Amino acid sequence: MSRAPIDTLRLTAEEALGLLERKEVSARELWDAYRAAIDARDEELHCFLTHVDEPNGEGVPIALKDVIGTKGIETTAGSKILKGFVPVYDSTVARRCKDAGLATLGKTNTDEFAMGSSTENSAFGPSRNPWDPSRVPGGSGGGSAAAVAGGLAPWALGSDTGGSIKQPAALCGIVGLRPTYGTVSRYGIVAFASSLDQVGPTTKTVRDCALLYRIIAGRDPNDSTTADVPAVELPEREDLKGVRVGVPRQMVEAEGIEPGVRDAFERTLELARELGAEVGECELPLSVEYGLPCYYLVAPAEASSNLSRYDGVRYGLRAPDAGYHEMVMRTRDEGFGDEPKRRIMLGTYALSAGYYEAYYGQAQKVRTVIRREHADAFERFDVLVSPTSPTVAFELGAKTQDPLAMYANDLLTIPSCMAGLPGLNVPCGLSEGLPVGLQLIGPQFAENTLFAVGHALERAIGFDYVPKRLR
Amino acid sequence: MTEWEPVIGLEIHVHLKTRTKMFCACEVVYSDPPNSHTCPVCLAHPGALPVPNLLAIEHTVKLGLALGCEIATRALFHRKNYFYPDNPKGYQISQYDVPLCGRGVFVVPKPGGDQQVGITRAHLEEDAAKNVHIGGAGGRIGGSAHTNVDFNRGGTPLLEIVTEPDLRSADDAKRFLQLLRQTIVELGISDAEMEKGTLRADANVSVRKRGEAGYRTRTELKNMNSFNFIARGMQAEIERQIGVWEAGGEVVQQTFDFDAASGALTPRRSKEEAEDYRYFPEPDLVPVEPGDQLVERARAAVPELPGTRLRRLEAELDFDLAEGLVTSGRDRLYARTPGDRRAVANVLMNELAGKGIDPEAVDGDELGKLVGARASLPRPVFAEAIARSGDEGFRAEPYLAEVAVTDVGELGPLIDTILAANPGQVAAFRGGKDGLLGFFVGQVMKETGGKADPRAVNELLRAKLAG
Repeated sequence: MSRAPIDTLRLTAEEALGLLERKEVSARELWDAYRAAIDARDEELHCFLTHVDEPNGEGVPIALKDVIGTKGIETTAGSKILKGFVPVYDSTVARRCKDAGLATLGKTNTDEFAMGSSTENSAFGPSRNPWDPSRVPGGSGGGSAAAVAGGLAPWALGSDTGGSIKQPAALCGIVGLRPTYGTVSRYGIVAFASSLDQVGPTTKTVRDCALLYRIIAGRDPNDSTTADVPAVELPEREDLKGVRVGVPRQMVEAEGIEPGVRDAFERTLELARELGAEVGECELPLSVEYGLPCYYLVAPAEASSNLSRYDGVRYGLRAPDAGYHEMVMRTRDEGFGDEPKRRIMLGTYALSAGYYEAYYGQAQKVRTVIRREHADAFERFDVLVSPTSPTVAFELGAKTQDPLAMYANDLLTIPSCMAGLPGLNVPCGLSEGLPVGLQLIGPQFAENTLFAVGHALERAIGFDYVPKRLR
Repeated sequence: MTEWEPVIGLEIHVHLKTRTKMFCACEVVYSDPPNSHTCPVCLAHPGALPVPNLLAIEHTVKLGLALGCEIATRALFHRKNYFYPDNPKGYQISQYDVPLCGRGVFVVPKPGGDQQVGITRAHLEEDAAKNVHIGGAGGRIGGSAHTNVDFNRGGTPLLEIVTEPDLRSADDAKRFLQLLRQTIVELGISDAEMEKGTLRADANVSVRKRGEAGYRTRTELKNMNSFNFIARGMQAEIERQIGVWEAGGEVVQQTFDFDAASGALTPRRSKEEAEDYRYFPEPDLVPVEPGDQLVERARAAVPELPGTRLRRLEAELDFDLAEGLVTSGRDRLYARTPGDRRAVANVLMNELAGKGIDPEAVDGDELGKLVGARASLPRPVFAEAIARSGDEGFRAEPYLAEVAVTDVGELGPLIDTILAANPGQVAAFRGGKDGLLGFFVGQVMKETGGKADPRAVNELLRAKLAG
């Protein structure tokens, strides 16, 4: 019996599930198809830090960002300090994926400890954008996004602290969900900033995204910050009748948004109106002005504490022969790259006696203001929309010498993260031949709304997620 | 000469009695081989998250209620950041500005009236692991060849109680601690045994002139692992500080270890720079909201406090005896043992002590019979009976049957025989060697198997020897 080979670039996870259910392909054939794609393209794209040779499930394969702890599979968080570290336990999300039969293809590249917007901060070299390998795939979850966009995995999990799922999805032309804080367990996820970190799906379609979210979401007794989650509904609707779409003026007027990005965004708003949405303007002045600076106090502060456990005593890198204090200092000096060091210093300073109130304390207060501003906007709107990233994928090396320019990439994704709100990236067109992403923000626990709106728009936009050069 | 007044505040750490650790499901066992009770959470593996132990929270609330503290409706856990091998996360989860138990007052009865000791706070935290420094001198990490870390203790629930500087003598501090310990034991939240380290106390000590406002520089005393050491250590430090001030010197803020064997205070090496713990709210945990239900359940489980019972006992006993009974946990047995109050109290404090008997296992009525017959029972018989009084189904009856021989009719002929058999000693006694009376008593006891009543034997012997 002959049949068309599996086209991993085109096949959605939902379709793959269907093939398995109808026994049109075996789990092994599916696995082998993705392994073949990895063999063909990962040398160029460098999506994976670790490849897994034998499937650990009979379902659709999945790629996991390397901050997601996997029992028996090396987990480095993109850092030299964890090189060779093999967890003794599965993170809750890895466990849930296993329970659902998803076989782990491997661990995907990330900026070190998820700190970055391009994967260029990975200790093991950057990943590349499948649309143009001279460009970054975004970050920190660039490995997961590039793997899905490049057909190396049907879907993947990422983690998002200030935009690490949404922004790479935008730059690679796929769908990415940062769920409501507290809906997906952080147990077993290498921590960056605990009050912001959330795991979420990176997929080709919104329906794939909902399917994967359904597998990973839900209260976890091992993570006391998790909550009960409403049942996930697979989106069916094709119109947006009665949906109130808010456009935060300060977000679309922000400096640095490329004209091509703005055009694609405007066209999408037009489509939304045609689908029956009521589009109106709203205000998020403080969120946009203070979101980014506050994020760069809160996240480094928590990171400075979270990264303290890497001391060379129990696991990971240990600098040779020295007294305790010297060993700790040398281990951390050798093990951490520049960006974690930069953030540890920033965060240590922000928490220091005498500065706490002015920095960390003040940032937490502003966070409350940001939450309130968003809540006010959701009195009038069901979803808020903006471009996800002000720019399309940039050239490798373009921003590595300028940390502030790199941080500015997350200007539009950060405010809703600070408010703990869910955000979905849906590709909405091309600019200079590169994908542009639309960001949809919803109220807490409104993932179903985001899926419904995202799905209707996705259909209307008709974006082809297969990178042009690979078609 | 000026009168100096000590000013003492205490910080008490108590190991809570729970089956599992504060933030993970590992069992709390200290006696097993090193690192046999560990998991990703208490070893701080990447990604591990804490989940609070609700029983430890309830224990803390119970103690707070017993100390008259305000119970927070929304308490916070904080991270206290510092590097040390026994602190695997690089931070200890503790409480900072919103502890579970806020201000309270603990009333300590004293001979002259009550003393009110202000409680600043009581909070919950996790204990550190145990470092064992191998090689080198002084048991410190610097200079040791290597350090072994046992994480069995790491992450076990620890309660910290901080008092106001309200105590005015080493004896007051000891009295406070003893009553607090008894309260903790009766609440059932800890064994609170200093010798085992499940109760540890540090003292902040300063002195000032009587009538002086404000406080002078204080020092901290650590490592005092018995009530007597604590009192002695504080007394030594009080005297040292008075000496420093009187010699025109200045007391410097520092921390001392008290060495019980030598009675010496050894200053700890001062840190090069002040430690900045960078406290901030623990983002991996949600605020602790004890809730009315938990608080009411805890309140219902708080028994009548030892201090209250002590004050009641004072009406019928000397203060010291009453205090001894209460802080040794024997006052309830005292209350249910019939008989002469003083006699019962004395037996409980002098005879029952040190025998390892659980007072709660003793039948008061049976003990009362023993106490009543004490005068007429041979000493070894009485001691044996007391030692058995905690046994299941103990009855006084068999021991009461072994009454001492006081019958002159029975003892008389025996004494006559003994005197007749020892003419030399009789002559010597009559010649003035009074000390020989003991020899004759001993002979009588030997012949009666210890059952003769010593007083009756003495009287009879004297009468017969005089005759």
